[in-house]
Amino acid sequence: MRTSSRAALVAAVALPALLSGCAIEPWVKPYERERLADPIMNLQRSTLIGQHREHVYDVREASRGATGVQGSGCGCN
Amino acid sequence: MAATSWWRRLAGLLGGLLAAGGARAVALPDDVAEAMVHVYNGGGVTASGPALLLRKSLSDRVSLSGSYYVDMVSNASIDVVTTASPYKETRNAYGLGMNYVERSSLITLAVASSKEPDYLANAVNLDVAQDVFGGMTTVNLGFTRGADKVGKHGTPGYFDTADHWRYRLGVTQILTPDWLLTANAEAISDYGYLGSPYRVALVYGAAVPERVPRTRTSRAFQLRAVGDLGEHNIVRGVYRYFWDTWSITAHTAELSYSRYIGESWQADAFVRYHAQQGASFYSDNATSETTYVTRNRQLSTFTDGGVGALVAYTAARVPGSYAVTINGSVEALRFKYSDFTDIRTGKLYGFDALLAQLLVSVTF
Repeated sequence: MRTSSRAALVAAVALPALLSGCAIEPWVKPYERERLADPIMNLQRSTLIGQHREHVYDVREASRGATGVQGSGCGCN
Repeated sequence: MAATSWWRRLAGLLGGLLAAGGARAVALPDDVAEAMVHVYNGGGVTASGPALLLRKSLSDRVSLSGSYYVDMVSNASIDVVTTASPYKETRNAYGLGMNYVERSSLITLAVASSKEPDYLANAVNLDVAQDVFGGMTTVNLGFTRGADKVGKHGTPGYFDTADHWRYRLGVTQILTPDWLLTANAEAISDYGYLGSPYRVALVYGAAVPERVPRTRTSRAFQLRAVGDLGEHNIVRGVYRYFWDTWSITAHTAELSYSRYIGESWQADAFVRYHAQQGASFYSDNATSETTYVTRNRQLSTFTDGGVGALVAYTAARVPGSYAVTINGSVEALRFKYSDFTDIRTGKLYGFDALLAQLLVSVTF
């Protein structure tokens, strides 16, 4: 238990530091992100269209998940 | 004890992520009102209806959303016409959500409920998106808990339940001023009644109720890349690999291209392909008695492909105030089964389908 608490503490401190990139500077500056911020770059189309499309596939294919789209359940099987 | 330790680790991880402030704060999603009409037609099934979404910020840190979705289903699919009678039913789904921004974190709490005459599904979602590394990287963590009640036409109440647990992890990385890459992983566990009380399997040519395991655990991993080839010529590529404890494996890929046409138009074209290997207990017509057996073609070996286009027209726009956009999307699909026979003809089954959506979106 003490070991796992210590591991959690190390993870809590080390992971954000790692993710914050202490050693590597962000190489795309905020003023260079104009094109990325354009709505046409969105990975997902409108929320409703995206959810509906996922639903159509979910009830006909066996695979599911990892699409970045939240869906609600149904008994459509 | 183990659960306490697990929660402590998760709390430690979340606390650490929340404490790691990035140089760019995440923002609430846009205030939007969307109304959509959707229709799916194929394989003897027609499903259509309206859908609504409203999202409004209450302050610069909190926004609320609500959604309503209707599926009016007319089902005369091959399963229904060969073993039962065609039917019509309506599914209503409701969703409520709250977004909260705290420094570089976007926290989303959402509940969803779906109801049809013989099935009730409720779910709670919690997602945290955290900008790190000067806003170049976004880390997403998510959890969904679903609890369903399963019924059957002609039998009052519900006869069984199904529980679901979903765990999500995702990272979106800015690669260059023109390219984004996203990696998503999701693990899903189910426990309970996971079949259909209406579906039959064939054993030695005789129809028997399907028998499906009461547990299922799946994993999925997806990579998505989107890039600007120049002058707003946008390309996207998506690939997902899926596998589960029912021995199903699947590959799904999608490619799309988007561009603006003039001041007011946007057009997307996309192709999608899916191929899967069926469940170990799937059989078109079993020739031995086994604990589990199904003839659910969703769990069989098959491929499906789709090609489609979306056109968006901005009907009105007042910068800094509001914009009205009309979207129309059409997709043609083809399903081709490798071991599901149409018992009326004795040939392998396949069908074509059409999916269409018309949506009006107002951002304000």
